Amino acid sequence: MSKDRKTSTGSGILTKIVRNQCFIPLIALLLLVAFNLIADPGFFKITLADNSAGNPVLSGFLVTILDSGSELAILAIGMTLVTAASGGQDISVGAAVAIAGSVLLRVLCGSNSRPETLQAPIIVAFLVSCLVAMLFGAFNGVLVAYFNIQPMIATLILYTAGRSIAAWVNNNELPVISEPSFKYFGEFIPGIPIPTPFFIAVACMIVIGLVLKFTDLRLYTEAVGINQDSARLNGLDPKVVKVLSFVILGVCVAVVGLIKVSRISTINYSVIAKDIEMDAILAVALGGNALSGGKFNMAASIIGAYVIQFLTTTLYKFHVQSDALPAYKAVVVIILVVLSAPKVREWLAGLSKRSMKKEAV
Amino acid sequence: MKKKKFSLKDLTDTNLLLTITIVVFFLMYIGAILFQGGGFTKPQTFFNILNANAALIILSCGLSLVMITGGIDISVGGVTALISMCCAVYLDFHGGNVSTSLLMALGIGLAFGIFQGFLVAYLDIQPFIITLAGMFFARGLTTIVNTKPFNVANEAFTKLKLTRVIVPGMGAPNRRGVYVDAYVELGVVVAILVVIVMFCFLRWTKLGRSFYAVGGNHQSALMLGINVKRTRFISHVLCGLLAGIGGFVYFLHVGSGSAAHATGAEMDAIASSIIGGTMLTGGVGNIVGTFFGVLSLGTIQNIVSSAGLDEAWWSGITRAVMLCLFLVIQSVVMARKKKA
Repeated sequence: MSKDRKTSTGSGILTKIVRNQCFIPLIALLLLVAFNLIADPGFFKITLADNSAGNPVLSGFLVTILDSGSELAILAIGMTLVTAASGGQDISVGAAVAIAGSVLLRVLCGSNSRPETLQAPIIVAFLVSCLVAMLFGAFNGVLVAYFNIQPMIATLILYTAGRSIAAWVNNNELPVISEPSFKYFGEFIPGIPIPTPFFIAVACMIVIGLVLKFTDLRLYTEAVGINQDSARLNGLDPKVVKVLSFVILGVCVAVVGLIKVSRISTINYSVIAKDIEMDAILAVALGGNALSGGKFNMAASIIGAYVIQFLTTTLYKFHVQSDALPAYKAVVVIILVVLSAPKVREWLAGLSKRSMKKEAV
Repeated sequence: MKKKKFSLKDLTDTNLLLTITIVVFFLMYIGAILFQGGGFTKPQTFFNILNANAALIILSCGLSLVMITGGIDISVGGVTALISMCCAVYLDFHGGNVSTSLLMALGIGLAFGIFQGFLVAYLDIQPFIITLAGMFFARGLTTIVNTKPFNVANEAFTKLKLTRVIVPGMGAPNRRGVYVDAYVELGVVVAILVVIVMFCFLRWTKLGRSFYAVGGNHQSALMLGINVKRTRFISHVLCGLLAGIGGFVYFLHVGSGSAAHATGAEMDAIASSIIGGTMLTGGVGNIVGTFFGVLSLGTIQNIVSSAGLDEAWWSGITRAVMLCLFLVIQSVVMARKKKA
């Protein structure tokens, strides 16, 4: 305890590290790494082997984390903005990913569900799906901003209907794409042993980093999230900012849709991106961002996303069924949320103060 | 006394939204009779809607209570699945009896209600996050209890499941001209009892009125000397208890345990409450409206399936459209009232 006191009163580097928002997810990551090291060091083995297409690729649990965590990281970017601006979360991202993927396949396949060749360039299909996802994002945003509906309830609409819409886009058929180059986005580009989703995620991070650095997006979003009335009095339009955050999330959703569909070259409407909304919200929460809006830290959210994937992969490794996963994650969420509740924090702070006093006596 | 001219402003928020709901329901049912004909004129069709939605009525009542106090609970669907799985496993694999399984159902519901209520009311955590976690927890736990879906073969239970309550004077001759009595399942009786009890509770008890006060403005409620935290806590506990009852009624209706049970029931329950005129912001709502909200959803589902549309995805879309419509109606009506 006395050590804690020294660091908190002194202006040491340690204080800075502890104060940093990335501290919480990194500690969680360290705990997970330590746990895996003790349980089975084989977790960290990475091997280079040829995949079915004959390309040398890396494989191992860490690569899986890098691979699947990238989808989550992309969603976490959008979710952080939505959380910061509107003080609520979008629970329709999974359903929206299904719609984006379905639209993508629809454009690529045309009317035939199993085409020999692609009916449109992939980039065109992606842009169309991007546009559709942005429209659905705008729909959510308008409900939230203009009709003053709580974000989680407003997005409940799309959560209920999304997968049905996705199935309807393709007449409930399951199109299959045989074009091998379509698989590049979700798996590997020949000659590069690192999974492509990671590069896509890095690209997204660079874009959002530049946007936050060179535009006023961060300032506007935080201003609206902290107090939208004073933001309005300062000449900002909170409605536009909120809709914008949902539209940006739409773009993220479209990118994830591309990766998800490319991974399996087809789509399963009821399973694609299932429960991903929970993971995305969890990533934001783990990143230490207030779920009630306001200031945010993008890097912490992204690290949070990879930590969540680390947890998922660890659970899988211990043969936890995929359907049972949510139970464990829910426990993590509850612990996180309870620990970050102001009341509990006050109580904990009081507790440490009291014990310090005892020591002094 | 001079008769006052009737205008919208004279209605309280609760009654205004309730009126909209009931009118919409009757218009829809009449529309169904006119355009679909046949089936909808028979009373049994109506009773079948009740049979299929008895559990949903109870769950929605619980949600309305929480929503009136300004909270939300989306764990009810998961809790329902967990209860039916636990009861099914207990009855079939451990040779349990029905009354103990009922107690177990109530216990599970209460446990969720008390835990979530404590976190929401006393630790000030956003109810949506906690109950979202609760929903995932319940769903995951269901799979851990038992993976494979199965039908319950317990004798006492099947006997109870097949118990029919005959509604006098509502029967109709069937195709062969034999008179068949109209019936409802036991669950419907429970559901209607719950609706009546909850209606009276909200209308005439001190605690019930304080639900509205807390939901309307919790600061003024505090000034009035209402224990806001306790009221919120009780609303969640009651919702949990009703989820327990609803879960058992659901189990009685389907007679099987499966992790996929009651998928989206929480969404249906929220939608029913909203359609029934419960405001998301709290303070406004009526159990009778919720009852009609459930019936509206059930009727839509019936119309969709009898129109021969592929139910799996059409019902999802129609429900969402309806939810969206009522949310927007609420928002617009309230905005206009405020201006007036």
